[in-house]
Amino acid sequence: MACGKIETRDLWYVAGGAEILRGVNVTIPEGEIVCVAGPSGAGKSTLLRALNRLIEPSSGEVFLDGEPTDAMDPLELRRRVGMIFQLPALSGASVEECVLYGPRLIGEGADAGELLRMAGLDDSFLRRDPQSLSVGQQQRVSIARALALGPEVLLMDEPTSALDEAARDRVEKSILALNRREGLTIIAVSHDLEQVERLADRVILLADGRREGAWSREEFDGGGRERMRRFVSGRI
Amino acid sequence: MEGLGTVASALLALGLVAVAVALSFYEKLDLEKDIGVAVVRSFVQLAAIGYVINFVFGLDSLGYVALLLAVMVGFAGWTSSRRARGVHRALPLAAAAIGVAAVCTLGLLLVLQVVPPTGRYLIPLGGMVVGNSMNAASLTMGRIRDDVEAQRANIEAALALGATSRQAVAPVLKSSLRSAMIPLVDSTKTVGIVFLPGAMAGMIIGGADPLEAVRLQIVVLYMLLGSVAISAILVGLFSYRSFFTPRHQLRPATPDA
Repeated sequence: MACGKIETRDLWYVAGGAEILRGVNVTIPEGEIVCVAGPSGAGKSTLLRALNRLIEPSSGEVFLDGEPTDAMDPLELRRRVGMIFQLPALSGASVEECVLYGPRLIGEGADAGELLRMAGLDDSFLRRDPQSLSVGQQQRVSIARALALGPEVLLMDEPTSALDEAARDRVEKSILALNRREGLTIIAVSHDLEQVERLADRVILLADGRREGAWSREEFDGGGRERMRRFVSGRI
Repeated sequence: MEGLGTVASALLALGLVAVAVALSFYEKLDLEKDIGVAVVRSFVQLAAIGYVINFVFGLDSLGYVALLLAVMVGFAGWTSSRRARGVHRALPLAAAAIGVAAVCTLGLLLVLQVVPPTGRYLIPLGGMVVGNSMNAASLTMGRIRDDVEAQRANIEAALALGATSRQAVAPVLKSSLRSAMIPLVDSTKTVGIVFLPGAMAGMIIGGADPLEAVRLQIVVLYMLLGSVAISAILVGLFSYRSFFTPRHQLRPATPDA
């Protein structure tokens, strides 16, 4: 689990006549937690989906460790750039089966117990039916499932917005641990400014499909926060 | 019984349709117009096909039998594709699947000499194969379209884990094929106990030996099972692709899907 630098160059996404991303340029250094914030409809989820090519950008480029992703096999790209969704969408009869879904697609195995521990759960969950878990536990299973492929980058699309406060704290703890211990680059969409404060090494502000700001933690603390707060509250 | 052979007596059966219309009117089912259209269309279509079959029998040529079957396949494909809005190229796909199902099953019956190569067998059997394959194609395509929409989150989650479109859509495909095949599998299980199928009932009414009617009915049922499976699997394996790009991306939801 090394590297994981992502860069976009003049990224556009147009669907049904609507310009959802309008020339977005962002650089996400390896090993950082980057929060993408902004009002609803800003294009945050779309940007995330363009990074692992779950959608095809209309124009512009995305680079992973300097390599243009449009030249890569999309399946290989998605194994290197994992994704966590707002709702976990777990499948399989047991948590173990669910966690091993990705590796088994390519005929490989993985230590499901270890993956669960990395996501903040223990191996007693392995035999459980995923549907019997709380949404917070399911979300951590979905993190373990994404980790099973050994990604360099994890994309998280509002990973805690469906969770209560206690579950949110546990998922945030897992996110921080994965970044600090495993060195994973994490790009998390959030509309919760307090969460951005708790997690971010770097903050990107999107609005109306454009990048309105990008700050390192120091720049954010030294004025970026206020600009973003005004921007977001003015918009919402 | 001879009266049944005349058009006038068939019209008498319209009295029974009046019951359905009255029920629809009384219960406000709003089906009167549909029933009316169905009655007129079925009368015209059946009368026409009666004359056409008579004509083809008179020509005594397998070429014309094949032509008639091809027209049935084309019409079935068109009907099926109308039930599958949102599926790209549904018409050629459904027509090809139904055609392959008909050729495979009728071809096998001919090669194994289960039925003789005459219009008297091939047209009615072909009609049954085409009709059942058409229903299976419609059910499969409609179900895949609806389930892909309902399961977007699960499909995207699988794609994000490096699954191909085919792997991501596998659970949807499985349930669609099951739902297309279950009606026929169930009616095959209960045949003879719960109901007597049309071909057999028709032969018995027409004065055929019940055992001969049973022999043909068994052939018909197995043939239908085979053709429904072929048609459902073919449309299933090809129609899901219209919801994905070649780069294993789920296309945005279409407004008419």
